[in-house]
Amino acid sequence: MTASHKPVPKPTPETQPFWDGTAEGRLRIQRCRACARHYFYPRPACPHCGSDDVVWVTASGRATLYSYVISHRPAPGFEDDGPYAIAVVELEEGVRMMTNIVGVEITPQNLPLDMALRVVFERRGDVHVPLFEPAGGPVR
Amino acid sequence: MNIVIAGAAETDELGKLPHMSTAQLHLQAARNALADAGMTKDDIDGVATVGVPGPIQIAHALGVTPAWLDGTGVGGSSFLFHVRHAAAAIRAGLCTTVLVTHGESGRSRVGAPRPALGPDSLIGQFELPYGVLGPPTMFTLTALRYMKETGLTHEQLAEVAVAQRRWAHLNPRAMFQDLITVEDVLASRMVAYPFHLLECCLVTDGGGALIVTTEERARRSPVHLLGSGESAESPIISQMEDFTTSAAFRRSGEAAFAEAGISHDDVDHLMIYDAFAHVPVYGLEDLGFVKRGEAGPFIAEGHTSPGGRLPLNTNGGGLSYTHTGMYGMFAIQESVRQLRGEAAAQVPGAEISVVLGNGGMFASAATLVLSNHRP
Repeated sequence: MTASHKPVPKPTPETQPFWDGTAEGRLRIQRCRACARHYFYPRPACPHCGSDDVVWVTASGRATLYSYVISHRPAPGFEDDGPYAIAVVELEEGVRMMTNIVGVEITPQNLPLDMALRVVFERRGDVHVPLFEPAGGPVR
Repeated sequence: MNIVIAGAAETDELGKLPHMSTAQLHLQAARNALADAGMTKDDIDGVATVGVPGPIQIAHALGVTPAWLDGTGVGGSSFLFHVRHAAAAIRAGLCTTVLVTHGESGRSRVGAPRPALGPDSLIGQFELPYGVLGPPTMFTLTALRYMKETGLTHEQLAEVAVAQRRWAHLNPRAMFQDLITVEDVLASRMVAYPFHLLECCLVTDGGGALIVTTEERARRSPVHLLGSGESAESPIISQMEDFTTSAAFRRSGEAAFAEAGISHDDVDHLMIYDAFAHVPVYGLEDLGFVKRGEAGPFIAEGHTSPGGRLPLNTNGGGLSYTHTGMYGMFAIQESVRQLRGEAAAQVPGAEISVVLGNGGMFASAATLVLSNHRP
């Protein structure tokens, strides 16, 4: 998939490992070795316990739909998408991230909260952004 | 030392003001507030405001050389923070009389550079790539989760807009005054499901200003600051810990109620920042006026409408009165008017008013407890 006109994130030193991961088709997040909890977005120390003994791990890519809106006014780059879902998903590891839901017609009926999702990656410029589709695979 | 709001005023007009720059809006509001307080710029030794132009430009334009400045910029709740910080500064002897100003050309964008959010910012990396388009697609993101967990219905969400329009109907300065029904709300254009146009705030130009000082220095109608609180949660909505409750609302409210030494039964009048229809629902619960899941039915049953037992957003709120982008100033202004007995839709005998401000998308919050009686 390519989507060249959509906003492209620009990695910073603390987020580079995340974006290196997505380029390899892996969803990498940080885990604290002191308290054993995962966290997101990338930061140099654990927001739960303050330890800087943190490591990058590859998440399973399995998630559930935590909440969303269906935008009826497209942002730049989304003009061809029709109403699209801006979602927050909860990864199996317990952290949440914003994303788009793809691979399914975007209607409230098709998007019950807590539905099972899995990560896919979309190339934008030099960066791959994580998107999520129904865990059963694309429904078109 | 009793801290009071000794002057409060808005710009002459609100709404669509393409003939006025952001700075002009600040300065007109400042002059109006000084006149309201019976003071001149020479009484001012502290200046607080947010954004561009900041406190230096406002002070300079007024001809004030301040002893104290505050440029705390935490979005639409900034002015509640300024009142709290001004109170602390006055008590600490750093200054005596603080001017808090707001001016925003939110609709016309005159003299209002929009801050660019770079692709390397937190939001640029982790939210902008997903097609968010400002508050209508971000602030709204929590609502479906709240609805699933509490049972809030689409009709109850629409009732928030209906209730506030009942107040706006009584307020000649409100931008939208015609009464509306739940059906009208649900039939209005879908902006970001589940939010329809009438569940989203206005976008207007305007300003307001306050004079914060001691009771001894006030010359007329002082409104006492009984308590205040402030807090913040996540800078980006996707990382808010629980989409069904605001930690910043809760913490700021608890602090303000504790300092004021009041209970919920003491509150006669309430302002809750309403950028979107779900925010008063969260505010009612997070401030502790109702239990979790009860706010929707509470509003739908009319308790916050004219004649109800907890008058809420009596100017019509951001949904119907005005919303420049940083609405908190206007929430404070309405509380002051109610406590002085000067509101367009006056709540009879209002003695204690609570204001809850929000900044960003549930990012910051501050609460003020105000009264027309001494603490």
